Amino acid sequence: MRCIINGETIELPHHVRTVAQLLRHFHIHEKIAIVEINMDIVPKDNYEQRAIADGDRIEIVHFVGGG
Amino acid sequence: MDRYSRQQRFAPIGATGQQRIREKRVLVVGAGALGAANAETLVRAGVGKITIVDRDYVEWSNLQRQQLYTEEDAIKRLPKAMAAATHLRAINSDVVIEPIVADADARLLEYLVARDRPHVIIDSTDNFDVRMIINDVSQKYAVPWIYGACVGSYGLSYVIIPHETPCLRCLLEEVPLGVATCDTAGIISPVVHMVVAHQTAEALKILVNDERINRKLVSFDIWRGQYRMIDVKRIKKDGCPSCGDKRTYPALQYENETKFAVLCGRDTVQIRPAQRDGWEWTTLISFLQQQGIQVERNDYLFSFTVDWHRFVVFFDGRVFIHGTNDIQEAKRLYYQYLG
Repeated sequence: MRCIINGETIELPHHVRTVAQLLRHFHIHEKIAIVEINMDIVPKDNYEQRAIADGDRIEIVHFVGGG
Repeated sequence: MDRYSRQQRFAPIGATGQQRIREKRVLVVGAGALGAANAETLVRAGVGKITIVDRDYVEWSNLQRQQLYTEEDAIKRLPKAMAAATHLRAINSDVVIEPIVADADARLLEYLVARDRPHVIIDSTDNFDVRMIINDVSQKYAVPWIYGACVGSYGLSYVIIPHETPCLRCLLEEVPLGVATCDTAGIISPVVHMVVAHQTAEALKILVNDERINRKLVSFDIWRGQYRMIDVKRIKKDGCPSCGDKRTYPALQYENETKFAVLCGRDTVQIRPAQRDGWEWTTLISFLQQQGIQVERNDYLFSFTVDWHRFVVFFDGRVFIHGTNDIQEAKRLYYQYLG
């Protein structure tokens, strides 16, 4: 499956089918990530169920602490 | 009145907006890279009063990006809040500048917000413990705050407006641990300025009562040329313990005990004693000197070195132990020399 993640086209392995799997794939802790698919934000309790599809535009924002 | 002429010619501010800015109070939490740049911009813009809280002192590694400080500040190891105040007063003597050399804990932040009722709180901290305290104080006293953070070439900013936008706890279900910090990933100055540009632009809108505040979560990577804004309003939670219906302000339930914390990027542990008064500094200093330890001091702190550990003791009772990231080791050293 091919998705546009943070503006870059990325080929995802077959086992990545949900938002939760996507975050695990990128080693991002799901409680501190904000995910938007096709301009629509995904509530955190939907990460396990929410499927991703070929061609989705996905934005993943992670929080950092520095300043 | 030439001073603000260019800002006043900018139609959304104008003379009325300038007058409003002049009447407003701002609390800046942290005087590192973000704090120095936020404070300078707002002081130049002519706010009425700015209170700046910071626990640290100026070091050489700060000078690359912490724009208010000079080599002399680093040589003298001046507390950042004091050094910032001196430079800010030289920039704009119209502004009331209140520096506070202290750890921004729940007690202090709640005291400052209850006392001054600032119109906006600017986050310039380096950790989520303090941000969660700011988040709760903001909700409790209905004062907007502006999150800002950066590491490497990546930065974020987000405005939290009580009763309106999701708060930081809605966005973050738990306090991130082990996220990249400036010590591991480094940081470049341009991303600091990009974060500060967003924070101060939104602060000015709040101060002039302009409705066009950006409610989106903004994030960018200035090296890779990425920029995005996400509408997060759908993730506001009714049951949020900070901004929901049955709020408890968990970050304000402070414990009264000595706290040990590893400082971001500093190979340093901070110890903050529960009891702050009644320290006999002169006695302690002469006790150390009797053991053959050389002690240096200025008006705000004293320091000494034992083996490869440098101790810096602030006169408000806080201690930095440099040369360790190990809390257990820091505890042992603390109680051995200062307990």
